[in-house]
Formats: sequence, C-alpha cells, structure tokens
Amino acid sequence: MTSTDNQPANLNRPEGAQVKREERLAAPNRPTGRPGSSAHPLAAALKDSVIAALLVAVLGFFFFAIRTEIAPGGLDVTTRWMLWIVSILVVFFGRLLIQVFILDEQSRGLKIAVSAALVAALTAIFVINSSPGDRIGSVIFGVLIGLAAVGLVAAFAHFRGNEKAASSIAVPGLGKWLGRALFVFALVLPFFFTYFFPARDRQFIDLAILIMTYIMLGWGLNIVVGLAGLLDLGYVAFYAVGAYSFALLSTHYEFIGFWVALPLAGILAAFWGVILGFPVLRLRGDYLAIVTLAFGEIIRVVLLNWYQFTGGPDGISGIPKPTLFGLEFKRGEGGFADFFGMDYDSIQRFIFLYYIIFVLAILTNIITMRLRKMPIGRAWEALREDEIACRSLGINTTNTKLTAFATGAMFGGFAGSFFATRQGFISPESFTFLESAIILAIVVLGGLGSQIGVVIASVAMIGGIELLRNLDFLQAVFGTGFDPTQYRMLIFGLAMVLIMVWKPRGLVSSREPSAVYKEKKTIGADMVAQGEGH
Amino acid sequence: MEYLIQQLINGLTLGSIYGLIAIGYTMVYGIIGMINFAHGDVFMVGSFIALAVFLILTTVFGFTFLPIVLLLVLVVSMIFTSAWGWTVERLAYRPLRGSFRLAPLITAIGMSIVLQNFVQITQGARVKPLPPQISGGVQLMEGSTVTGAISVQLSYMQMIIIGLTFVLMVGFSLLIAKTPLGRAQRSCEQDQKMAALLGVNVDRTISLTFVMGAALAAVAGMMFLLLYGVVDFYIGFLAGVKAFTAAVLGGIGSLPGAMLGGLLIGLIETFWSGYFSVEYKDVAAFSILAIVLIFMPSGLLGKPEVEKV
Repeated sequence: MTSTDNQPANLNRPEGAQVKREERLAAPNRPTGRPGSSAHPLAAALKDSVIAALLVAVLGFFFFAIRTEIAPGGLDVTTRWMLWIVSILVVFFGRLLIQVFILDEQSRGLKIAVSAALVAALTAIFVINSSPGDRIGSVIFGVLIGLAAVGLVAAFAHFRGNEKAASSIAVPGLGKWLGRALFVFALVLPFFFTYFFPARDRQFIDLAILIMTYIMLGWGLNIVVGLAGLLDLGYVAFYAVGAYSFALLSTHYEFIGFWVALPLAGILAAFWGVILGFPVLRLRGDYLAIVTLAFGEIIRVVLLNWYQFTGGPDGISGIPKPTLFGLEFKRGEGGFADFFGMDYDSIQRFIFLYYIIFVLAILTNIITMRLRKMPIGRAWEALREDEIACRSLGINTTNTKLTAFATGAMFGGFAGSFFATRQGFISPESFTFLESAIILAIVVLGGLGSQIGVVIASVAMIGGIELLRNLDFLQAVFGTGFDPTQYRMLIFGLAMVLIMVWKPRGLVSSREPSAVYKEKKTIGADMVAQGEGH
Repeated sequence: MEYLIQQLINGLTLGSIYGLIAIGYTMVYGIIGMINFAHGDVFMVGSFIALAVFLILTTVFGFTFLPIVLLLVLVVSMIFTSAWGWTVERLAYRPLRGSFRLAPLITAIGMSIVLQNFVQITQGARVKPLPPQISGGVQLMEGSTVTGAISVQLSYMQMIIIGLTFVLMVGFSLLIAKTPLGRAQRSCEQDQKMAALLGVNVDRTISLTFVMGAALAAVAGMMFLLLYGVVDFYIGFLAGVKAFTAAVLGGIGSLPGAMLGGLLIGLIETFWSGYFSVEYKDVAAFSILAIVLIFMPSGLLGKPEVEKV
C-alpha cells in the first residue's frame, strides 16, 4: 500500500522529464492572474493575507496569547495579548508583501501603498508599546524596521528576477576554483585569525574547528546518503562509537594516546557499521531511515544505562590531549613551546587541533573522491540511481551497501575520536538524534553527493548559528531579556524546511558523473531521480 | 498472577495512546507513502493545548464539573491541533509533492525540530505538572505475595482511556468505510492520478487526512496529560517513534493494524519494565521496530509490497 505513483515511473524517462514533471506538479499551486476578473488587483492578495493572519491567530492562540506558568500550588495561566496581536500583524503584512512583490507582481503604485501601510502599522505598534517619553525614538525605529523589511523583500524579488535570467549562463569550473580558494583559505586560517583578530582568535579558531568537524561528518555521511543513496538517520551512533572507543581505551590503558586510538576508533566504527548495516540491507528508503534511527537511539540508551562500563550520564572525563610526536602542548619543560624555543601560548594547542581536523577532513575528501573513480564508488552511484538495474548488471548490492556503510562509519569514528580529544569529556548527551539530524541537514541542504555543497552548508548552518550568539544589538530591539541563542534550533529547523521547499535538490544542485564515457559534462542533479535507495 | 493482570491493564492503557497516534502515521503513509516525522510533535502540541484549555476553564472561568470540562477540553484541543496538522502539511509537504522521495522526510524532520523549539520558547522548557484530576477506581481482585498484599486496580482514568479509544476506533473505521470522504481517501491511496481524473480533490483529501490524524493525536495528547500528569516539549519524539513502531508492527497503511500494533507495543513495554528493567524499555521498543522491519516488513495485518520496475 504505497504510492507507487512517484517512484519507479521516473526511471525510464528521458533526461529532463523529471524536471518537467516537477514543474507540472507545481503548476496548480502557482497563483495565476485570473483574466477577465474585474476584481481589484489587490483583492486576491488581501484575501490571502487575511486567511494567513487568521490561521496564525488560531495556531498562536494557545502559544502566544496563553502561557502556562508553574506557580506555587500548581499551574497558572498568564496572557500575552500584545505578542499574539503582533504575530498576527507581522504575518498579515509579511504575506501581503510577499504577494505583492514576488508571487503576484503588482504595479509600482500598489507596492508603494502596501509598503507605506506596513511602515505605518509597525510604527503604530512601537508607539503604543513605548512610554510617553520616547515617542519620537519609537517612531524613527518603527519606520526604520518597516523600511528594512520592505527593502529585504524587494531585494529578494529583484534577485529572483535576475537569477531567472542568469541561470542559463553557468560559469564553467566555478566550483573547482571556489573549492581551491576555500582550501587555501582553510590552510592559512589560524594564522589569518591570529594576525588580524588577535583579541578573539581563540574564539574564531574554536569555531573553525567546530565547522571543520561538521564538514568531516558531512563528507562521511555523504558517502552513505549522497553516493550510495541510503538514508541514514543514525549516523551519530558511529560518531559515538569513535568517541567512546578512544575515551575508554585511553582511560583504561595509559599507553594509548590519540594517535594510536584514532585508527582503532575508525576500525571499531567501521565494524559497527557492518554489524548495523547487515540486517538493514533489504530495506527500502524510508524504512531504512527509521531503522538506522532506532539503532542510533539504542546505542545512546545503552551508553546512558551501562553505568559500569561507560559511566552512564556522568560520561567519561580526563581524556588525554593529542601530542605532536610525543610533545605535549603544555607550559614549561618538555612542552611544544619549550622544544621549539617559543613562548608558551594556549592558542598553539588550538591551532594544532585545527590542523588535525583539517587534515582528517581533507583525507576524507580525497579518499571519497578517489573511491568515486574506482569500481566500488561507481557501484555506489549506480546503486543510488537504480538498485534493480544494478542487480541485473551483476553488481553485488550487499557488498556495495556494506562498504558504503562501513566507509561512512569509519570517517564518523575518526571524527568521534577527534571530538573526544578536543572536549576532554564526553557523555551520551552529545550523541542525540538531533546531532544526526544536523549532519543530515548539512548533507541534504548542500546538495546530495556534492562535496563543496557540504562545506558551504556547514559554514552557513554552524557558522550562522554561532553568529546568533553575537547579535547583542537585538537586545536593544526586543528588550533586555531577549536571548537570541534560544532561537538557534528554531531557525535551524525553519531553514531546513524552507531551503528544502525552495530548492529540493540542495544549494549546490549539480553534480558531475564520475564514470565518463567520451567527454565530461555536468548533469544537473535535477535531471536524476536520486536518493530513492530502494 | 495479580501482578500480571495489573500489568496487562496498564499496558492496554498505554497501548491505546500509542494506537491513537499510530493511526495518524498509518493513514498518512497509506495515502502519500511518506513518514510524517512531525506527527509525534503534533501529539505534543495537542497535549499542550489540552493543558492550556483545562487551566483556562478551571482557573479563569471557574468550571468545576469535571465531565463537562473534559469534554470541552477534548473538543477544543482536537480543533486547534487539527489546525496545526493542516498547517504542517500545507507548509512542509504539499510544496514537495512529486519531488524525490526523501525530500518530504527531510522537511518532516525540520518541522519536528521547529515544533519542539517553538513550544519550548513560547511555553518554557520546564516540565509542567498537572495534579491528577480523576482519582479512584474499581478493585478487581486481591491477593498476597511474599512482599505483601497486592491488588488489581482498574482506575476510572484507565476506563475512560480504553473506552474513548474504542469509541474513536469504531467511529473512524466507519468514517473510512462508509462516508464519501473515506471513499475519496481510499481511492487516493490506490491511485492519486486516477482519483483526480474521476473528480476527487486529491489535495483536499490529503489535507483532511492530516487533519484527522492530528485530531486523534490531540485525543492521545489529552489522555497522556491526564494519565501521567506531566508534559514537556520533548514528549513527542519518543511517543512518535514508538507509535510509528506500532504502525509498522500492525502493518503500515492498515487502520486496525495500527490499533493492534499500539496495544502490542504498550503491552510489551509495560511487561518489559515490569519484569526486566525500566531503563531498557526504550531499547525493547526500538529493537522490536528493527526486528519487525527486517523480518516482516509488511507487518501483522499489512499487505506485502510488490517491487515494480
């Protein structure tokens, strides 16, 4: 009882049929100017906006207007009518702006009228909310915010118009040069930050390490999801296996340091990849996803409850730091700085950590790129495109899937043991389903199978989230109790939904075939029905 | 023996809640072939709405007659949660209809993150306790064990849950089997294109499926709130995965299967915590999910799937 409608039918269509099909399916959703209707051009837009506002009024009533508070002697209800009204108005005007500027483009006069109404309404809200003393300030503020919103929508509409015109002109080799430029920048990154931002270099390099870790995880998962087309929602399990194997080995045996444990962690994770991969081989796309999710959760629950072995919720602390050929990054005699005759600075350890993860990530990328050119990599891609065709051509799908699982898991294990050594402390808290979802979001939003896309998506998502921590000026707008960091996961989820709806094929939605017959040509990823994984 | 029967009753109560959520998964999977990952969070939203309505009725309006209050809570939370279900479908799934298979699954995960964090921000992250509203019950039997006297209790709350679930199940089965809407749903399940050609409004039917699923999830949310007396923004994830397990165990796409699966999962979980260990009860549920999918992908009451080229 599945919808057989939208899967295998694509497979024997000519190139581009999938695109046409998507266009056709999207067609009824597109608002069309009804010819011959004598209604005012704004009427449809207004009606639509009123409906959107009403919907928000209904949805938000028990969440914006009503709040249940824990009071002494039970629960209490508090009301926040202002927040509710503001949210309705914001949605009403937002929807109206989008209608007038983007969806159902209207004349200039209408645009100006709608913008003016928006600015006036915003100003009114701010004036009502402000104390009599700063009326003028709130007027200026309302006008500025209103204009900014209008400008944003108009700029987006303008950009969209341009994009349509420019999309046919692809710059050849842009991806390659972008990749090289990013590589060179990543290579000199620690020195760039210590030189230009000496006051905050530690923070920036720490962020770069975090982003690099996610890039590596993204590349690892890309083998499973992007190349082999197997949706894995439990990737964090292998990350956890890597982290815990290093942590347990190093705390139980004195002589095992980071460099010895790193390959061991990778091997153990790959081993787990095979163990978990073996039973799920027969499953189709979304069933596979759910089973991998279940496995990820099982591993986490076991880590949480097997107190004697893993320390349970307390986790494992005192994980050794990595050394450079036995040189520790510590102050005084025998340390790295002492050996090379430099002054000790705690930033040296950060730079070293950065280069470890950088090398690991680049290794992941190189190995993936090489594997893609080998028979096994081609088998992965063939498997993603059509499993039945694969089988009939004599490809052993069992082995192909298992190698994809194991290779992806191995890189996850490497990243896990790096995570353990960087933090010095691990607990099951760090390996929740949310982590898997973030890594998967990076891979999918970057464009399945695209290596550079993963980099762009990690920088945008992880860097963008970290950026929220520094938006202090928002406190001036929304009051001092406003904490932008609590919105990070909300924004993350919204970005996942919106980017997927806007560009279902990911941000970088083109990929080059690895197996080339005569000449190389880029196939738009939208030409291929990918990720079926059945 | 008494302990066993008590566990059986507890398991059936828990299983009813899982079954009601599982119906939402199974209907959506049947009609558009996707896992509505955000369904567990719709259930969570439902229990928050139920909590808010209950508090408004009792503290602001001062109603004290419990049956009327509960009936109102039930109706209002079903309506408002349905609006959430409809919105989730409209925003995250409808634009991707006809896109590649994994796209809606990914927006579903995104939607689940959005709902959790939205509720966390607007209602606070702390667990909300509600004191038990319906107390008392019937004592079925009494016995003694080595540790002391033990009695089998069937509380009124458990009666209400099992009874209401039964009524809703019968109602929904009739709705699917007899009404024009049910006929439209069954036709969309078989072939959307053909159904559209014959004048069925496919988009509307799919939306209504989400609305029905969300309404049942709201009932489950209210029951969860009254039974356990605590809600927080994270209850949707575990309940969602377990209900999905139930749907798969019963055979996805099959309405009675979902109910059967829900009851089985509830029983297994209760017996596991009663006789083995409470800590690993989630592992038990997840293992069942994996084992069923691997060895019996069509479930107990489902039809086997044919792979076509």
